[in-house]
Amino acid sequence: MKLIQKLGVILFIIGMAVFTIMPFLGSYQLSEQIVLTNTKEIHQEKMREILAPMYGKSYNSNFAFLSELNNYFNTYNDKLKSESKWEEVIWDDYSFSIAKAAIDSPVREFPMLFFALSIGLAVLGGVFYILPKHREEPPGVKNNGIFHSSMKNRGWMGIVTGTYLILFYIILYWFPAYIVNPVWMVNPISLLLSGNPASQWFLYGAIYTIAILVMGIRMFRKYRGNRYQQLRTASVMFFQTSFAFLIPEILVLLNQPYFDFKNIWPLDYDFFYDYQIDTFLSAGGVGMFMLIWGILLIIIAVPLFTYFYGKRWYCSWVCGCGGLAETLGDPYRQLSDKSLKAWKYERVIVHSVLVLAVVMTLITIINYFSGFELLGNVTNQLHSFYGFAIGSAFAGVIGTGFYPFMGNRVWCRFGCPLAAYLGIVQRFKSRFRITTNGGQCISCGNCSTYCEMGIDVRWYAQRGQEVVRASCVGCGVCSSVCPRGVLKLENGPAENRINEMPIIIGNDSIKVNA
Amino acid sequence: MSSNRHVVIIGNGIAGVTCARFLRKQDEKVRITLISGESKYFFSRTALMYIYMGHMKFEHTQPYEDWFWEKNRLELKEAWVSSVDFTSKKLSFQADESMDYDVLVIATGSKPNKFGWPGQDLAGVQGLYSKQDLELMEKTTSNGVNRAVIVGGGLIGIEMAEMLAYKKIPVTFLVRESGFWGNVLPKEESNLVSRHIKEHHFDLRLGEELDSILADQNAHVKAVKTKSGEEIRCQFVGLTAGVSPNVDFLRNTELELNRGVKVDFCFRTNIPDVYSIGDCAEFHEAPASDRKHVEQVWYTGRMHGETLGYILGGHQVTYKPGVWFNSAKFLDIEYQTYGTVPARWDDEQNKSFYWEHHSGKVAFRMLMNLQGNIVGVNNFGFRLRHEFFDRAIREQWAGAKVISMLNKANFDPEFFDPYYIEIQQAYKDQFGGDIKVERRSFIQKLFGAKA
Repeated sequence: MKLIQKLGVILFIIGMAVFTIMPFLGSYQLSEQIVLTNTKEIHQEKMREILAPMYGKSYNSNFAFLSELNNYFNTYNDKLKSESKWEEVIWDDYSFSIAKAAIDSPVREFPMLFFALSIGLAVLGGVFYILPKHREEPPGVKNNGIFHSSMKNRGWMGIVTGTYLILFYIILYWFPAYIVNPVWMVNPISLLLSGNPASQWFLYGAIYTIAILVMGIRMFRKYRGNRYQQLRTASVMFFQTSFAFLIPEILVLLNQPYFDFKNIWPLDYDFFYDYQIDTFLSAGGVGMFMLIWGILLIIIAVPLFTYFYGKRWYCSWVCGCGGLAETLGDPYRQLSDKSLKAWKYERVIVHSVLVLAVVMTLITIINYFSGFELLGNVTNQLHSFYGFAIGSAFAGVIGTGFYPFMGNRVWCRFGCPLAAYLGIVQRFKSRFRITTNGGQCISCGNCSTYCEMGIDVRWYAQRGQEVVRASCVGCGVCSSVCPRGVLKLENGPAENRINEMPIIIGNDSIKVNA
Repeated sequence: MSSNRHVVIIGNGIAGVTCARFLRKQDEKVRITLISGESKYFFSRTALMYIYMGHMKFEHTQPYEDWFWEKNRLELKEAWVSSVDFTSKKLSFQADESMDYDVLVIATGSKPNKFGWPGQDLAGVQGLYSKQDLELMEKTTSNGVNRAVIVGGGLIGIEMAEMLAYKKIPVTFLVRESGFWGNVLPKEESNLVSRHIKEHHFDLRLGEELDSILADQNAHVKAVKTKSGEEIRCQFVGLTAGVSPNVDFLRNTELELNRGVKVDFCFRTNIPDVYSIGDCAEFHEAPASDRKHVEQVWYTGRMHGETLGYILGGHQVTYKPGVWFNSAKFLDIEYQTYGTVPARWDDEQNKSFYWEHHSGKVAFRMLMNLQGNIVGVNNFGFRLRHEFFDRAIREQWAGAKVISMLNKANFDPEFFDPYYIEIQQAYKDQFGGDIKVERRSFIQKLFGAKA
């Protein structure tokens, strides 16, 4: 490792350490005023009473503050629940906004300093580490040492990284009150972009985008001389930065609904939720445009583009989940399970999620138009179940946290309902396939090993068969790592795309039906 | 043909396994046993280097999952065969066991050549062919190797050099010919590869031969001496001067051998019910004018297996290879060939068109007969479509037609530099004629690579 790379590693570790320590800094002081400004009007009186014992006290850690806050709050709710007074229970969770307002910390005071010391150093360190890579080598994809790497082959570094990611997601989704400091850290950026204070989702979006950008630079280095890989990396970097991160914030600044123009139902599972529909309908022409745009993406763009280019047009060129998987997740692509058994599980699970999303959405829409008379509260229960199990646990905790354990496409492969929809189109009505080059395959296994979707590409290649699979996201890495020029992603006539009885070229002794 | 017979295949490489698979497709009942002492499960020999370099684990090189064999009722026997009793149709294993067969297929592959160099059996001196060779190499080079010498400039040699470079072990490369792989590649292609080897900082010595290998007091290699008298200190020597049939355990039996097991085009040996395929088989006469008696590449092993699988399944077929093809990767540069392009040809018989990109790493050669019809192509640094050239060569297309349609033959990924445009232009400049030179599309101009 070069000196500058070592420096990069040190800076990255310092940055990550600062980021990790940050939530524990500062002290918390609660006042009546804070409670009143951070609760809904109907709860103000109650909350003021419940939390009254905390006023004026100073708490030196997030744990001390939040355990007491939760204690008072839960005592109140539990009593009502035991008396079955469901109407009086406060279902809203105010801990995040109250903690955010009650904290007094150096991060809140000097957010940009802490941004520089954490994210800033980590990014700088990452770039220092990445840029000198492969500098003295001729262009070409090098997977040297991947299975000798502790980080990339489920060694202790991989386990530590995965555990950290999993914890981060659990805290982000279910305990955001503990990380109000990092949220304060990005507050100035949020104010600048949307005019609103930052939420934990803004923090997440910012880190997500930065991760894609920095690891995107890594992709440019790693896949030097491979224009397909570079272009699609540039594409996911662009779509994440603009469509997913900046444009929605700027829309808010312009008093328009927050909207990601490239997010498509059913991945965007709350697109048809009643509050979303209400937002679209109450936002005039722009809101109506968003609603129609979103529906057109579902019924026109997905089938049409997938017919012409395969699902890659979305999954490995546009999608945010795909964007993270193809950049941050690229070092882990080889960890996907290629067994036939995994493929069976994959089909059952991913299509179940699709069915669940569709059913949930249908019930939501029916309920909406029937004025909530038909099913009443059932939709809320369904939404919170889906949001918890699929939206948070599957897509987030498992989807990203499991990168170092099961590869970078766990969510996309086993969970994403949009991927399932795109996959059905790709499998049955598309011009896309991976062509195998006659008899040139030597069965080495690089293609299968580096397929992030766990497709056993070699199984097709060695019998001269085109690869037509619902799950293929068209990342093109099988083609990149093939040492004999056997695989090519192609769009062509849909007829005879699936050659079930392939003939291997080169042996005239027999007509070989492999 | 009795379906209750027991077909025993010695060797579970690409030839033996392909034979077993195709026989099973033809015959549901036949009992099939694959014997290998090297590895219980079939793996891709060509991928050994990737295990060493950490691209893959050994299990990744196995093309079929472990359940595949039982499901297809292909019995696996892990053992080394020590001798064959052809009269009583019985195999003896090294571990004092034996096995009866009705039909025997010898598919034992190759072993690295050793030409009787002094010191060729010292510790730290080896070839690279088998799984055991890989394990030995991993052990030997794990520490204490400051320099390695590779003897022989072929495909395994350059793989070994790349492997050692992964461990940051400096490599001296002794190549007898005046150009790398000079007995197969024409001069320009050989130079291209030689340049690329030097670009990777290997100490390439062309026109240099091994004289002897010198030992230290532990009977471990300490240096090699070259024919020109130089002594090169090294702790590892790779012997990669080709391979030869692995048939020594069959010598001095009634089986007819020469370099390999002598077979006809139905892979029959001189003994009934005994067949041989793959690297270890030697045809009585070459299967085609541009083919050798012993065919030692992956693809021919597979084709032998396919054909014999059909024959044993009761089909009346003989081995008829089609248009030759092959491929390799020299460090970062991919190479493919279709048809016949020998290292040297007679200008009275052939016309050659050669184009090289200004980077010196991408090249295309088309050899034609005097009528200008395609005989074969070599391509380096970009990919060409097998199907296209199989047809063009079989149907003897005019060179001009091939070049005009080269965009259809291109197999590089999308957005890559369309080299065929430059090639078309170069051909037109050299040979004239009615060549349509393609243009970059709008998308290519906007996003495509310009290397």
